Formats: sequence, C-alpha cells, structure tokens
Amino acid sequence: MVSPLDRKLLRDLWRMKLQSFAIALVIAVGVLLLVMMDGLVNSLAQTRDAYYDRYRLAEVFAPVKRAPDHLLDRIAAIPGVSAVEGRVVGGALVDVEGQTVQVRARAVSLPEFREPRLNAVYLAEGRRLDPRRLDEILLLQGFADAHGLEPGDSLTATMNGARHTFRIAGLAQAPEFLYSTAPGELAPDDSRFAVLWMNEEALAAAFDLDGAFNEALVSLDRGASEPAVIDALDRLLDPYGVTGAYGLEDQISNRFIHEEISGLRASSRSVPPVFMGVAAFLLYIVISRMIESERTQIGLLKAFGYTSAEIGAHYLKFILVISVGGVLLGCGLGVMSGHALSGLYQQYYKFPFLIFRVDPSAFITAIVVSVASASAGGFIVLRRIFALAPAAAMRPPAPADFSSSARLVAALRRFLDQPSRMIVRRIARQPMRSFAASIGIAVGMGLSVAMLGVLGGFDKAVELNFNVIDRSDANVSFVEPLGEKTIYELKRLDGIIEVEPFRSVPVVLRNGVKSHRGALDGLTEDAELNRAMRDETHQVYARKDGIVLSKPLAAKLDIGPGELVTVDVREGRRPVLTLPVVAVSQSLLGAPAYFELSALNESLEEPGRVSGAWLRIDPAKQQDVYEALKNMPAVAGVSLKDEARDALQRMMDEGAGATRYYMAIIAAIITFGIVYNSARIAFAERAHDLASLRVLGFTKSEASYVLLGELGLITLAALPMGAFIGTGLAGAIAAGFSTDLYTIPAQVGFSNVGSGALAVLIAALIAGWLVKRDVDRLELVSALKSRE
Amino acid sequence: MKTSDDPKTSGTTFDVKQLTRVYGEGPAAVHALRGVDLQIPKGDLVVLLGASGSGKSTLLNILGGLDRATDGQAHFFDKDLTAMSDAQLTRYRRHHVGFVFQFYNLMPSLTAHENVDLVTEISDNPMPADEALDLVGLSHRQDHFPAEMSGGEQQRVAIARAIAKRPTVLFCDEPTGALDSTTGRQVLRVIQDVNANLGTTVMIVTHAAATAAMAHRVIHMADGAVREVIENETRLSAEEIEW
Repeated sequence: MVSPLDRKLLRDLWRMKLQSFAIALVIAVGVLLLVMMDGLVNSLAQTRDAYYDRYRLAEVFAPVKRAPDHLLDRIAAIPGVSAVEGRVVGGALVDVEGQTVQVRARAVSLPEFREPRLNAVYLAEGRRLDPRRLDEILLLQGFADAHGLEPGDSLTATMNGARHTFRIAGLAQAPEFLYSTAPGELAPDDSRFAVLWMNEEALAAAFDLDGAFNEALVSLDRGASEPAVIDALDRLLDPYGVTGAYGLEDQISNRFIHEEISGLRASSRSVPPVFMGVAAFLLYIVISRMIESERTQIGLLKAFGYTSAEIGAHYLKFILVISVGGVLLGCGLGVMSGHALSGLYQQYYKFPFLIFRVDPSAFITAIVVSVASASAGGFIVLRRIFALAPAAAMRPPAPADFSSSARLVAALRRFLDQPSRMIVRRIARQPMRSFAASIGIAVGMGLSVAMLGVLGGFDKAVELNFNVIDRSDANVSFVEPLGEKTIYELKRLDGIIEVEPFRSVPVVLRNGVKSHRGALDGLTEDAELNRAMRDETHQVYARKDGIVLSKPLAAKLDIGPGELVTVDVREGRRPVLTLPVVAVSQSLLGAPAYFELSALNESLEEPGRVSGAWLRIDPAKQQDVYEALKNMPAVAGVSLKDEARDALQRMMDEGAGATRYYMAIIAAIITFGIVYNSARIAFAERAHDLASLRVLGFTKSEASYVLLGELGLITLAALPMGAFIGTGLAGAIAAGFSTDLYTIPAQVGFSNVGSGALAVLIAALIAGWLVKRDVDRLELVSALKSRE
Repeated sequence: MKTSDDPKTSGTTFDVKQLTRVYGEGPAAVHALRGVDLQIPKGDLVVLLGASGSGKSTLLNILGGLDRATDGQAHFFDKDLTAMSDAQLTRYRRHHVGFVFQFYNLMPSLTAHENVDLVTEISDNPMPADEALDLVGLSHRQDHFPAEMSGGEQQRVAIARAIAKRPTVLFCDEPTGALDSTTGRQVLRVIQDVNANLGTTVMIVTHAAATAAMAHRVIHMADGAVREVIENETRLSAEEIEW
C-alpha cells in the first residue's frame, strides 16, 4: 500500500508538473551535454584506436631520398622494431574538371602480391588493384566523392614531370589519410587533396626507384622506446638522404585527429561543468524556494508528530524524483544526440566504422552533481524550517520588519500608486530573496550571452585570419625551394598585381623539455599580404635579429620575448639554431613562427631561396593567371583564399566546433527554465496576497501587475549582472573550444549582450503570460482559506 | 517518553506553573504569557476564553508541544514539557496529542481518508481511518478531496484525523471560527462526543463565549495571564448552545 505521504508526493508532483518538468529539464540539458560530449570523445578515440589497429598503422615514419630494399632487413633488426614495410611515395598533380587549379595529390605504393605489412587500406568501393596492370589506381574515397569519380573512371595526373592516365579500380580509405589537407592550409578539404594507391612496380618506375624505397614504415614492440628507434633509424638511413624519422604523433593526419579529439576532450571537460554548475546553482535556488513555500505543510506534519527525518525523507524523495528524472532524461537524450553527432563525426573523419561508448563515470558524475545540488537546496531550507517550533512553522513567516524601508517608500509615495508601492516594498523588505532570484536569472542569461560570444568568436577567428592576417588572393607553393628569379617570373604574369615571397621550413622548436613540431615561416620585413599581427590593427614586423612566435606557440613552449628558443631545422643541412624570441603575435589559426626571410635563408646557408609566394590577383584576369600557373613546372600547388576560408568554416562547423550549436540551444533552454521557474515560485509565494487583492476589488490586471511588476524589476536588475557573468563564462567556454589548430577568441560584444538580454526578456514575457493565466484563474475563496 | 508510562493513571493531565512566553527581545519584546498557573484534570473538556492577544493560543501551542516556553514549567502527567528535547516533543505529539485548527489545515492533495491515514500511519494504536471518519459522520465522504468538501466537513475530517490516533489530549484552536452556527454546533457535538466516549482530555481555544456552556471548566485569559477559572455546575450539550 502506498503511504499517504507518498500519495501527497505523487499528487504534489502532478500539481507542480510544469514546474517540476522545467526543473528536470534544466538538469536534463546539463546532463545531456556532459553525456553527449563524453560519449563523443570516447567514441572518437576508441574508433580511431581500433581503426589504426585493424589497418596496422605504422608508429614511426622514415622518409628518405632513396634506399635499397635490402636495408629493410637491417631496420627490422633494430631493437624494439616489430614490423617494417618499405614503400614508394611521391607527389602528383591531378587534373580535375571544374577545378581552377590542379589538385595536389600523394601517390603511395602497394605491394603487388601481398597485403602491406603496415598501413593497409580499407577498400570502400570497387576492387583491389590487379597486380598485372600498371595503370590502375585506388583513389581516396573523399576526393572521389567530392568530384563524382567512380570505379571505372579515368584520371590524369602529373608525376615527376610526366603525364599519366590512370583507371580507377576502387575507392579506398586509410587511417593515415583521415584528414586530407590542401598544401599550406590547416583546414581539411576533400576536394583539394587526393591520394592515389598504385602497384609498387608502376610507382617505382615513375619515380626511378626500382629496387628501392623512399619511405620506411615501422611498428614497435610493446614497451619499446620510440626515440631510441627513431635515433637508430636516422643513423642507419643517414647515407640515403634521411630528412628525419618521426613518430605517429607528428604524422600530419594523426596530429590533426589527435588535436581535434583532444580539443573536443578539453571542451568536454571544461564546458559541461560550466553548464552543470549553472544548472546546479539554479536547481539550488529553485528547490530551496519551492520547499520554502511548503513551510506550513511542514509545520503541520511536525505538529502531527512526524520526525524531522521522516519529513526530510519525504522532501528528499520529491527532490530525487525530479532530479533523477532529469538525469535519466538527460542521459537518454545525451546518448541519443551523442550517437547522432558521432555519426556525423564518423563521416567527417571518414572512419569506416564507429564504436559508440559512454564512460559510466559520466553518468555517475551527472547523477551525483544533480542530486547533490538539488538536495543541498532542499536541506538548507528544511534545516531552517526544522529549527522553528512547529507552531511558528505552521504560521506563514512573520512579516519582516520593514520600518527601515519606510523612508524609501515615503519618498516614493509621491510618484508611485499603491500597487507599485507594494512591489517596491516587497523587494526592499526581502532584498536577499530578490537578489537571489535576480542572480539566478543573471546566471541563465550569462550562459546565453557567453554562448553567443563564443559563436561570434568562431566568426571572428575566420575574419581575423582571412581579412587581417592574410590579405592575399592566392598562395602558390613550389616543388622545392627555388631562387628569387621565380618571383620575378610570377610578377611578370599578366593579372598578378602583387607578389610576396615566403620561405617555409619544417622545424622542431624547443625550449627545455617543451617542443613543437611545425614550420618556421620566413617573411619579408615589409610583408603586406600575409602578416603577423599583434592585434587587429597593429602589425608585428618580421625581424632579422630574432623570431616572432604566435601566442599559442609561445604558450605551448612557455617562452616569452627576450628568451632563447632552439630551432631544429628539418630540411637541407639541418642546422640547429638558437634564436631570441623578439615578439609574440596573435594567431587564431595554427601556431606559426616567423623569421625575416633573408635572415632565415642566411642561417640555412641557402641565400635567395623561396618556398612560394602570396599573390594579389586582378579579379578580371583570374582565370588567365590560374591557367598560367598550371603551366609553370615549378608550381607544386595553388591555394585560393576563398577555398581555404570555406574549408576552415567547414572544419569549424563539422569538426569539434559543431557542438557549439548544441550548447547555444541548451543555454537558451536553461535561461528560459530559470526565468519560468522564478515566475512560478513568485506566484506560489504570493497567491494568497493576490487573492486578497482580488477580494478587495482589484482587477485581474491590477493583481497581475503586482506580481509581474516585481518579476519585471527582478529581471531588469538581472540584465547587467547577466552581461557581467556572460563575459566571464565566455572566457572559460572559449578556452575549452580552443585547440592547437585554432584559437577561439572570447569576446562578448554589445550585440551579444543585447541578444542575451532580449532572450531573457522574451522568456520573461512568456513566463509572465503563463503565470498571468494562473492569476486570472485564482479561486479567491480557496486561496484565502488555504492558509492563515 | 515511553508509552508504557501510562499517563492516564494519574488524575491531572496538565500542571502548569509560572509559564512565561516572550517573543522577541529588548524594547520590541512581546510578553504573550506572563506566568500562567493552571491545572487541567484528566478527562475534562476545557474551554479557554479570551480576547485576541490574551495568550490563549500561545498556551495551547506550548501545551501541545508546538512551541517552547521562555520560563516556567508545564507538566504533562509526570513529564515536564519545558524540559523536553525536540525529539521528545515530537514523540509527545506523535503519541499523545491531537490537533484541530481553525482553518482545518488538511493536506489539499490528499483525500479525507488519506488525510486521516497520514496520522494513523505514525501512531502506535490508532483506530482505523474508516472508524474515525464514521465517528464524525463522514464515512460517505472519505474519498473526497478537501476542495470538494464544505468547511464543516473539512473540520470534521480534521477532527477525525486528530482523534484517530486515540490521543490523550485533543487541542482545538478556534475549531468553529470559520464555520456558520449550524455547522459549528455539529463540530462541537463531535468534539463533545470524543470527550465523553473516548475519555480524551479536550482543550478548546475560542473567543465565542457561548461555547463555554458545554465545558467542565472555563478558563478566562487576558494579557497573558489566567484571570478566572470557572467550573460549570451544569453543562449544556452542543445543540443547546446559543450562538
């Protein structure tokens, strides 16, 4: 049999169903975010690991100029090496219909009569290569899809200066090409990077590498030391033109995936707690006011002889039903949306399969945080009520002494009518309660404002990068560093307005134990087209006496101006330089480092070399320019700014940044939830007074005015606080979204605050309207009887 | 307090000495009770009369274990209520005291039957809820919610709820204050029956002086002190009371 208290519980829940639901919803969305983000991160990491494992991705990559095949046995003998594969890789340019410039591609060999020992491919469509056919290729599926290419189609590519026409046997994916990035860009773009897998014999012939390989792949024994193996490889391959073996963590695709997942992990650890914290705080406020409104019933139960423990248990059940209900709802929705989102991520990262899993600790965290904050809200109030004698608890709280507000009211008397004075009095009489209600709304608004600021931050990152830092129209990169005369050739092309050369060399930057593998960019002193910026308006000029580090890089290396950084060059003579840091620049994209062009060349002892150039092109002559660039053999690739910008935008919308839209919606729900709850509770607390007003002859509108006017004032007071809180939260959330790939600036502008305030006002209007309906329906006699 | 110390063996339910209750402090202090001395024999029906602010409700609350005295003693049989801990007071209310309030104070979300159950659940030797409702003549309304009942009916449910635990004392604070005269008489009849048939000591606080006619003992209070205690030679039944 259900005990009478439990029945009371069920009926109270039913009576307060809308409000209970609003509270449960606030919990649910906080939990949803936690569970969803956690599920996403876990799923991506586990899927990646499983994919790497199943397709035997190498752990060390050792590119060389040319090494004889028999060297592979000696590599296998290096202690710690468990498997070795030698292969031929090379650059190619692919002609694509409808593409302004040729697309850069990577050609990779596959052994003819066996599975590769390392770096296997996943055949998505079509069939494997026929070992007897030298003109067959497997094409990277993402690229094929982007251009509508299918097995059976043919493809023309330039390799090592010669044109070849290939037949597409099948479409493939591989863990080493999860992320395909156009040259010189950070954002992936399926349509502008291709991978061709070919029979080893055919590819070796194209690159004059018969009986040799130019990349060794190595996997390691469990527990083997990667640096030791890399060291041994470098020594062994030194006579064959090694540019430095590197581990998986520096493999470009893996590094991007790793950055994206750790970015997502960082935001899953920092953003949901902010939301949960806000939800918990709101929960605390709402529950405590709700229990406060049950005060007379609690007094009555005590009068009957119910113990504090029994009454506490009753309300704990009440809180548990709501909070556990919210948690369950949130877990369910979180798993669902996590599943949906990871499906999108699966496509984005091109995983051939997906493992979806949420760490049970996410559920436990969700339950503990929600239930604890709800219970805390309940028990603090219950303790206060239990401290009262039952006779006092049964009476409504004694009217507080408001003689102190008498002067204020007297001063206002001339300006305010009686109902308005009631509003002012009530707020003045219980300033702490009004303040708590205001804070609650402000926190809700702050969350929305912060999310708007973060959304704006993403746009700002794109804007700053493509309008302020990069002012070129296109970027050309050369096959290898060339003399400056190529720049003059470019300048002579009809339609090119401005040419700005650059040199880019692969480096490892070190400061003590901290290191970063990336590029050092040589810029001209007066760079105009691609610049380092201190802020939106001030340029940082590249200098001969030291290097400029971008802010994320300086942070990663924990170094500042005046300190020395070690630059381990991974090209040419591979010198190790020690250079002072002369300035720190702002970069929202990547982590670049800059040096003056001629100084860079000088330290490499390669004067007058350039890796490519930034171009400004006459819009009317664009096509001619692209056509002319296509016919320059020195040009390895052209990247158009518009395409690069689109690719970045896509990365932010489809990659780790995609969750920001979810968060914005959740922030809006939380904001509405708290405003509605505030209105409901204010109504519950005042139903009796409002009924009295109606009995005295006030109209429904006048009675509503007393309630809604107070709510309005509390809401208005919340707006400036919300702006303030939003600014703080935006910093925390933006930091969570920022990765090594891009930095999201946290800037809350007037428009964000305005929109957040508008959202709160709209929520207040809707909540006010819902409550006004209840005021209109007040049953006067019963409301007056219900308490004394 | 153990229930085995059967309090009903002694002849005096309450023995009150110099009971004082002060609300607030300093110049704002309100002296609700200024040294009340009183004895309530077991099985009596007592009516407390007095104007608003005379201290009668305060006295009732302290004797009912709902409030604490500032000074003085109030013995319930051999136990001093003023010396009891909160937990002891809770047990006291739970096992010995029934309350009826002016505004019924029923749980709006529970039916009549469930409202009575609320109390029988935590009592040692309660009467079945049906029986309690039958005593107040409401067995046919047991599945109705408070909102579906008249004021008199609600008050009778409140009485059923109060007597269902077979309390030693029944406290009624203005039980007819919100009722018309006919309904009020019905409610008083029920209270009188409880006193007569169950032997429950009853204390009624009211400012309807006519009610005094049905009491064994009438206590007049003013300014926080007992002014006069009258023992009625003859008592009227509830129906005979002039309203």
